[in-house]
Amino acid sequence: MDMNEIKEIFFQECEEQLAELESGLLKLNDGDRDPETVNAVFRAVHSIKGGAGAFGLDDLVSFAHVFETTLDCVRSNRLEPNQDVLKVMLRSADVLADLTNAARDGGSVDQGRSRQLIKELEALANGELPQAAEPAPNAAPAAVAAAAPVTGEEGFQPVAFSFDDFEASEEPTIEPSTYEIVFKPKSELYAKGNDATLLLRDLSRLGEMSVHCDMDGLPPLDRMNPEAAYFSWKISLKTDKGEEAIRSVFEFAEWDCELDVALAEGAVGMDEELPMQPVPFDLSILEEEAGAPAGEEHRTAGEAEARDAAVSAAQSASNILQMAQSAARVSPENTRNSAPASAAQSAAAQQAASAATPTIRVDLDRVDRLINLVGELVINQAMLSQSVIENDASGTSSINMGLEELQQLTREIQDSVMAIRAQPVKPVFQRMSRIVREIADMTGKSVRLITEGENTEVDKTVIDKLAEPLTHMIRNAVDHGLETPEKRVAAGKNPEGTVRLTAKHRSGRIVIELADDGAGINREKVRQKAIDNDLIAADANLSDEEVDNLIFHAGFSTADKISDISGRGVGMDVVKRSIQALGGRINISSKPGQGSIFTMSLPLTLAVLDGMVVTVANQTLVVPLTAIVETLQPEASAIHSFGASQRLISIRDSFCPLVDVGRILNFRGAQADPVEGVALLVESEGGGQRALMVDAIQGQRQVVIKSLEANYTHVPGIAAATILGDGRVALILDVDAIVAASRGQSLKPEISLAATG
Amino acid sequence: MTNAAKHPTNGGRELIAFRVGDQEFCVNIMSVREIRGWTPATPMPHAPSYVLGVINLRGAVLPIIDFATRLGMKPPEPTVRHVIIVAQVKSRVVGLLVDAVSDILTVSGSDIQPTPDVASDFERSFARGVLAIEGRMICLVELDSVFPIEEREAA
Repeated sequence: MDMNEIKEIFFQECEEQLAELESGLLKLNDGDRDPETVNAVFRAVHSIKGGAGAFGLDDLVSFAHVFETTLDCVRSNRLEPNQDVLKVMLRSADVLADLTNAARDGGSVDQGRSRQLIKELEALANGELPQAAEPAPNAAPAAVAAAAPVTGEEGFQPVAFSFDDFEASEEPTIEPSTYEIVFKPKSELYAKGNDATLLLRDLSRLGEMSVHCDMDGLPPLDRMNPEAAYFSWKISLKTDKGEEAIRSVFEFAEWDCELDVALAEGAVGMDEELPMQPVPFDLSILEEEAGAPAGEEHRTAGEAEARDAAVSAAQSASNILQMAQSAARVSPENTRNSAPASAAQSAAAQQAASAATPTIRVDLDRVDRLINLVGELVINQAMLSQSVIENDASGTSSINMGLEELQQLTREIQDSVMAIRAQPVKPVFQRMSRIVREIADMTGKSVRLITEGENTEVDKTVIDKLAEPLTHMIRNAVDHGLETPEKRVAAGKNPEGTVRLTAKHRSGRIVIELADDGAGINREKVRQKAIDNDLIAADANLSDEEVDNLIFHAGFSTADKISDISGRGVGMDVVKRSIQALGGRINISSKPGQGSIFTMSLPLTLAVLDGMVVTVANQTLVVPLTAIVETLQPEASAIHSFGASQRLISIRDSFCPLVDVGRILNFRGAQADPVEGVALLVESEGGGQRALMVDAIQGQRQVVIKSLEANYTHVPGIAAATILGDGRVALILDVDAIVAASRGQSLKPEISLAATG
Repeated sequence: MTNAAKHPTNGGRELIAFRVGDQEFCVNIMSVREIRGWTPATPMPHAPSYVLGVINLRGAVLPIIDFATRLGMKPPEPTVRHVIIVAQVKSRVVGLLVDAVSDILTVSGSDIQPTPDVASDFERSFARGVLAIEGRMICLVELDSVFPIEEREAA
């Protein structure tokens, strides 16, 4: 394993930690005060910092360090994680993600933004709270380098925030004082390649040190486990660097040892850090006595007993849960915690249950190979069935039974393999919360994102392609959908707008809904704009739904001023097209004053597709079912010639251009007689309907999608290929391209000849 | 069997020779994946004349190139007696339709003579050289120029 591979693993873990961090912060934002949530957040930043340190990623380390310090204040109850604090933290999480990506891909980050946040984080750690802005809801400081001017820009107003017993622990100048340190490594410490000697040597650099090694735990030689850790050290250290410096020596060993740092009896220290109790590794119990004067060594026996009981209870619980890392805080003051213990326990149990399902990381290539093999198996099985039917129409029952069982098995294998690639949409949804935050900051709106059905699973390929259209729609919803807080209040609504993102399975597809409770679509404005752009006639009589769907036309934006957010030169037409490219559909329904709902319906996988198998000029073609609105048998009376070569078909009093697929694909020279064939009414990207002429329909079938580009090249008018039951290749039509070609845009062959002499 | 394909200009190399019309050609055996019989291909719209179409090879879709047409010779009428040489061209796998496979040759780099300059640029772009074997002339083919599709960046 080379360094790059190790680094890659680190970045993969970073992604997980970042997701953990964000979901934890969002939980806190919703008022969750479970210490475990705080710990999880702290641990996420801590692990990123640790790994980044190992790879020498200094920017990442320094930012994570400041972040961690502030989180530590929350962890030790010195900082109340209210909404304003969390705003800073969530934005810090975004910066941390940016820094991680920059470290991974060698990009650059907005230095100004990270410096600004470091300032804010330090201010928080120093007990200065961001002041909530009075009327304007955007209490977020304008740290975002927003191109859009933010009105009512609230500066950052540090406010003194006094705790009775609080003192800033930032670079304190400390009188030399003596610390008693108990350091008991666990075998994990050595297993990870750490060395107690090195830690002690680092420690000795902080001041005068005397060390006593406790070897009482050493068993006789014949019972000694060479991989176990038997020694512990008692260290007395006189230093002026403070407890923080001592703890930072053990920073990377923190979870793999028992460490107790305390001021020696009678020593006077100004350090407020509270000792961590030695605890079993699988439950790092962060125990602290808020408000207890530092260095108070003589706790009451009752407290100690309570703690011991708690530790042993936690130990037995941990044995049951078999959890590797779950930190629960057990302290005599537990009753002060806002979260009742039982809730915390059930949350921990829940977490344990979710963490208990073992997972493995598999290279995507291996899964893809498996999927390809299964695809072949499906085709082979279809071929086998077909040849049995052809060769022996009656078919002995045992062969037929065997074939049926094979078909059943094949389908089950296909489903199972697809399930391997299926992943919850959660990571994509989580990314959206950041988008919402940023757009809200830019537009000065106050937005709450609610996500539902995050565990709905869909094929990884779909997930990867989902992020872009979704990002765009979220931007659109916040920028165009929601009103400013003033307008919302004037309309009698909650100044905070809500964007609801939900996912669910419905009839073999995934349905994603994005609802906002904004003003809805201004139909008058949309109509006017469509008339100005010659999309519709001035006296066109459109239903509300038809008007709403006009926004999917190219170059359509109803924002009065071009904003930097949703504008970007692309509109909802791009969203619609990328959804259609995934074999999906998108609809909008809107109620004036109440908001809009965008509904996307997507296939669960891009490996198979529901198709209409048709015949054109003796060739078998597949038309994606999602594109087809209806099929009809044209009557001679319904066909009207139009100009030299155009023909229209009348469908319920409207005229729809006929598209001769065979001619567009050069499969035949002469025009087909529409009456002889079948017309497939399709919805094309331009929104207009077209009737595709084919000779006959063979049936509907689910087909396995095969790439043409892999060994050939992109063919205009053809989306992909598939393999039919007889083993022959059939082409899958790219309906949009065919329709575009029928409008006179030629399908240019992209294959170029080498220089011909 | 020694594999000296790394140095195309020296050392022993194995070539597969095949017939197209009344001429013989050969390609490096290292780029040949398999040899199979003719199966009907699905025609591709707007394809150049030498692309007969695509066939299914164990689940992969691969284009079939008619070698004779590609070289500007008279195209054959594909029959079951024709042979498809499945070859790897850079990252792609393609099928070459030829009349028959005639030989497997082991040659050294010095056996390969430069392409005579009577040939036009067009022919020269295919030929990497010629071999004289037992009184026959066999042209060593440059596969990259037989299937001239720009290698696009993998997106």
